[in-house]
Amino acid sequence: MEAKANVQQTGNGKFEPRIVAFFCNWCTYTAADLAGVSRMKYAPNVRIIRLMCSGRLDPQFVMDAFAKGADGVLIGGCHPGDCHYVEGNYKTLRRMDLLKRMLKDLGIEEDRVRLEWISASEGDRVKFVVNDIVEKVRALGPLNMPGKFKDWDREIEELNGKVHAQDNEEATAHVH
Amino acid sequence: MSTKPKIAFYWCASCGGCEESVVDLAEDILMVLDAVDIVLWPVALDFKKKDVEAMPDKSIVATLLNGAIRSSEQEEMARLLRRKSQYLIAYGSCAHTGGIPALANQFSREQIMKYVYEDAPTVANENKTRPVTEFKDNGRTATLPEFRKVVRALDQVVEVDYYIPGCPPTSKLLKEAVLALLSGKLPPKGSVLAPDIALCEQCPRVDSKPQDLSLTEFKRPHQVIIDPDKCLLAQGLACMGPATRGGCEARCITGNMPCTGCFGPTSRIRDHGAKILSYMASTAAGKDDKEIEKILAGIPDPVGTFYRYGLAKCMLRGKVTSHE
Ligand code: SF4
Ligand code: SF4
Ligand code: FES
Repeated sequence: MEAKANVQQTGNGKFEPRIVAFFCNWCTYTAADLAGVSRMKYAPNVRIIRLMCSGRLDPQFVMDAFAKGADGVLIGGCHPGDCHYVEGNYKTLRRMDLLKRMLKDLGIEEDRVRLEWISASEGDRVKFVVNDIVEKVRALGPLNMPGKFKDWDREIEELNGKVHAQDNEEATAHVH
Repeated sequence: MSTKPKIAFYWCASCGGCEESVVDLAEDILMVLDAVDIVLWPVALDFKKKDVEAMPDKSIVATLLNGAIRSSEQEEMARLLRRKSQYLIAYGSCAHTGGIPALANQFSREQIMKYVYEDAPTVANENKTRPVTEFKDNGRTATLPEFRKVVRALDQVVEVDYYIPGCPPTSKLLKEAVLALLSGKLPPKGSVLAPDIALCEQCPRVDSKPQDLSLTEFKRPHQVIIDPDKCLLAQGLACMGPATRGGCEARCITGNMPCTGCFGPTSRIRDHGAKILSYMASTAAGKDDKEIEKILAGIPDPVGTFYRYGLAKCMLRGKVTSHE
């Protein structure tokens, strides 16, 4: 029951993926803006977080997003050679290679994490990529880590409850 | 009755190495024994659970508990000792961050039971008998604790006041902690009782660690003859020093082996494995997928490498599909 409460649903009860997007200020973020200004329609499931460079993306952010309830994570940076800080996106590429492999080993399906190079003028690319990840994650279903954590920890709450019950019994026994 | 402060030692899912580190205090153990009364220490002294139960709440000054929490019995003892102690100290990597036992969070209970009682090459168990929590025989009932879904660090079960890190902790840290307890000069609650700086800063080889590493290959210790003077990471070995807390006296480095991260992260890091992954991957050379993949293939098991002692504290806590 509780586990379900964490899953985002539309009015008709259909699962709506929650995607956290980390976009570089100089390219993909601007492209997303452009897509907005040009009134391109794309899935409303992304929450965009602006970074000054994709190289600022600490793998801890991706872990945290999933742990807090994201169903997918999308990272957008400048094309190779175009990073404003020269090397930032190469660092991202290296980190993502290892992080993706590690997430797979941790049971997170590959389609939930995606790195894309999208320049400031490629508004249509933002539209395509966002729609695509939303559909792929929708097909996978909810990840719902907060719900999973709750489920796993129910077993220790049980004992906690028992211990408290015992304590109360003892306390009552003393009164008599 | 003695008025000396009461101290308890307890162990849960651990290997016994932490107990060894207490004994390693050598003659200093006499100093400790002089200053405190040990009221529980299953590995060395014959006290029982009921002795602890009979004590008033908070009457133990400090319990040093080592080992991760896997069974309902361990949980129960952790709760009991929490209630009876003023300070509960997570002692060693397993209590601190899950330790080696927490690597089991990559597998489901069923996978573990099946392997241990059926598939392991050393097992002869034709009837495939498995342990049960309750067994009736001749009108008597024998019980066993529950085997939990996941391995937990101590603070994922009860409140913890301090942490002494390490696999095992050094005798020096233990001695300092006991002295701090006796003098009442304790740091803020929740502190890790070890320096809050990265191991690299204390490493005797740090001068040979280049600013820009640009590694073209990662190797494992058994694949190379290790130069005893040069920074291990610069030699392509996955040394976790850059994201691991110092205070261990660089034990592994001195033994010519890379740091595997047993002291856990510094306080500014929220996920030890993800942070060291970030550092290590970015030291790789290579500018396209293929090249990068080839270099990083030298780290074949990122979970086992980066969370060797800390999977319980990984933000995802282990393989997310294994614990339904
Ligand atoms: S990476 Fe390892 S060997 Fe190199 S300075 Fe840091 S702790 Fe020492
Ligand atoms: S070098 Fe690393 S693994 Fe070795 S004792 Fe120190 S912290 Fe632990
Ligand atoms: S500035 Fe856009 S990826 Fe570095």
